[in-house]
Amino acid sequence: MRTNDSIIQTKQVNFFYGTFKALIDVTMDFEKNKVTALIGPSGCGKSTLLRLLNRMNDLIDGTRVEGEVIFEGTNIYDTGIDPVDIRRRIGMVFQKPNPFPKTIFDNITYGPKLNGVRSKDAQETLVQQSLEQASLWEEVKDILNRSAMTLSGGQQQRLCIARALAMRPDVLLMDEPTSALDPISTAKIEELIAELKRNYTIIIVTHNMQQAARVSDYTGFFYLGKLIEFNPTEKLFTKPDEKQTEEYITGRFG
Amino acid sequence: MKRKIKETIIKNIFLFIALVSIVILALIVIFLFIEGIPVFKVVSIKDFIFGIEWYPTYDPPSFGIWSLIVGSFIVTLCASVIAIPLGVLSAVYIAEIAPPLIKEVFKPVVELLAGLPSVVLGFFGMAVMAPWLQATFDIPTGLNIVNASMLLALMAVPTIASISEDALYSVPQEFKEASYALGATRFETIARVIVPAALSGISTAVILGMARAIGETMVVLMVAGGAAAIPESIFDSVRPMPASIAAEMGEAPFRSDHYHALFATGIILFGLTLSFNLIADYVSHKFKEVGSATL
Ligand SMILES: Nc1ncnc2c1ncn2[C@@H]1O[C@H](COP(=O)(O)OP(=O)(O)OP(=O)(O)O)[C@@H](O)[C@H]1O
Ligand SMILES: [Mg+2]
Repeated sequence: MRTNDSIIQTKQVNFFYGTFKALIDVTMDFEKNKVTALIGPSGCGKSTLLRLLNRMNDLIDGTRVEGEVIFEGTNIYDTGIDPVDIRRRIGMVFQKPNPFPKTIFDNITYGPKLNGVRSKDAQETLVQQSLEQASLWEEVKDILNRSAMTLSGGQQQRLCIARALAMRPDVLLMDEPTSALDPISTAKIEELIAELKRNYTIIIVTHNMQQAARVSDYTGFFYLGKLIEFNPTEKLFTKPDEKQTEEYITGRFG
Repeated sequence: MKRKIKETIIKNIFLFIALVSIVILALIVIFLFIEGIPVFKVVSIKDFIFGIEWYPTYDPPSFGIWSLIVGSFIVTLCASVIAIPLGVLSAVYIAEIAPPLIKEVFKPVVELLAGLPSVVLGFFGMAVMAPWLQATFDIPTGLNIVNASMLLALMAVPTIASISEDALYSVPQEFKEASYALGATRFETIARVIVPAALSGISTAVILGMARAIGETMVVLMVAGGAAAIPESIFDSVRPMPASIAAEMGEAPFRSDHYHALFATGIILFGLTLSFNLIADYVSHKFKEVGSATL
């Protein structure tokens, strides 16, 4: 895969949990302002790759990375790179909605406050903008001071998206963001992704083939830690280059 | 059918065992009240609690325990000032910061502190701390509030630390990940997410630690100095309630007014520790019910 306008590139990345090699020689280009989907059977390393891109794997003891992850020209695993800076620019939404046990307002302003956004006005604008972007504003605009824990699962997930967007990241990583949600919330979040890609680069892990086909521009298929195929979504789902990909997307796998 | 009978029997055995401890507790409380209440025939409740003169052996005696209550509160308060930061911060360190190896050493050491017999601590206070305090601050006696508070703090730290630690461990990993993913540093995550989420547990820990300090007898008996007077500085001696009871019970003639007064002091002390425990219970439940969501 060659693209001119890539924002993140992985170069021959190997990743180890202790002695277990979870990613093998992964080389990928993620294009700016596009949606890239990562698919593959459970345990193939999709989450591992995603967490590698904003150094969330640093939090797990005994892990090791080989190779390079280039984000806007610098290797984020270079010594001297602060993972905190990386995470401020590459946001993440998790599989399970994980709002803080704080108010809706404080959930959104959590990150920006760390970044020094102190004025109440700026915070209020940010809260409204982020919630609007996550299409949650209408539902919560009157209850901003209520605990986020009282929202429904789908609302919580959109709140988590809004919370990540409030950081104005360049890239948004989403790990199965709709797997815990009902079809309506799922549809809302898919619409949202289509909307967001105008301003953000999105990398999404999903187990749902239709979802990958619907929302993404590029799709990467992983198996046992290896990137088997990486192509424009339409091609991968209609005329895959690899036999394994075809077997997987048609459900004849294994 | 047979199984059902067996189940019933087992259930009742457990019920009986549980009842035994409750009944014993009830009997002790009843006994405490029976032996304590008669003192209110010679002194009113108000004069007993707020009277500042404790001369139980004079003729006529005066039974005012206000200075004992103040003594108890002041040592507990000073002990808390030392023990709360110490206990909570060591819990945070052990639960969130310490590398595994250091954790392995720290945790048992803090717990060992809880196993230290209080008489040993008291002995340390008398033999080491008191002379040192006396010499360093040039004061008439080293057996005073400061000395007692430091030792009580030492006793409260393990309680506070281990309960706080459990509370910190039970903060879901997802909260931490969410915080890190938003670009928070480890200390920002601890201060803004982990500690607030564990706050109800930490408050419970603090209150139980204070309950421990206010009820502790041996240490205050040995190092608080024993002066039944309202203290004017933290270097004054005091006579906390448990110390007074322990010191005088042996001399008070059976069922004399003095004897009843000591039991009445016990009632007050019991009421205080009971309320500490009830508050702790309330705090931990209150926060739990709303899913710690009111933070
Ligand atoms: N913290 C960890 N410690 C050790 N091994 C891990 C850890 N996390 C994941 N692994 C292993 O790494 C491999 C890849 O895991 P990963 O979570 O990336 O899979 P995945 O593709 O996201 O699967 P799923 O679709 O089920 O979420 C798995 O074999 C898993 O057992
Ligand atoms: Mg996963």
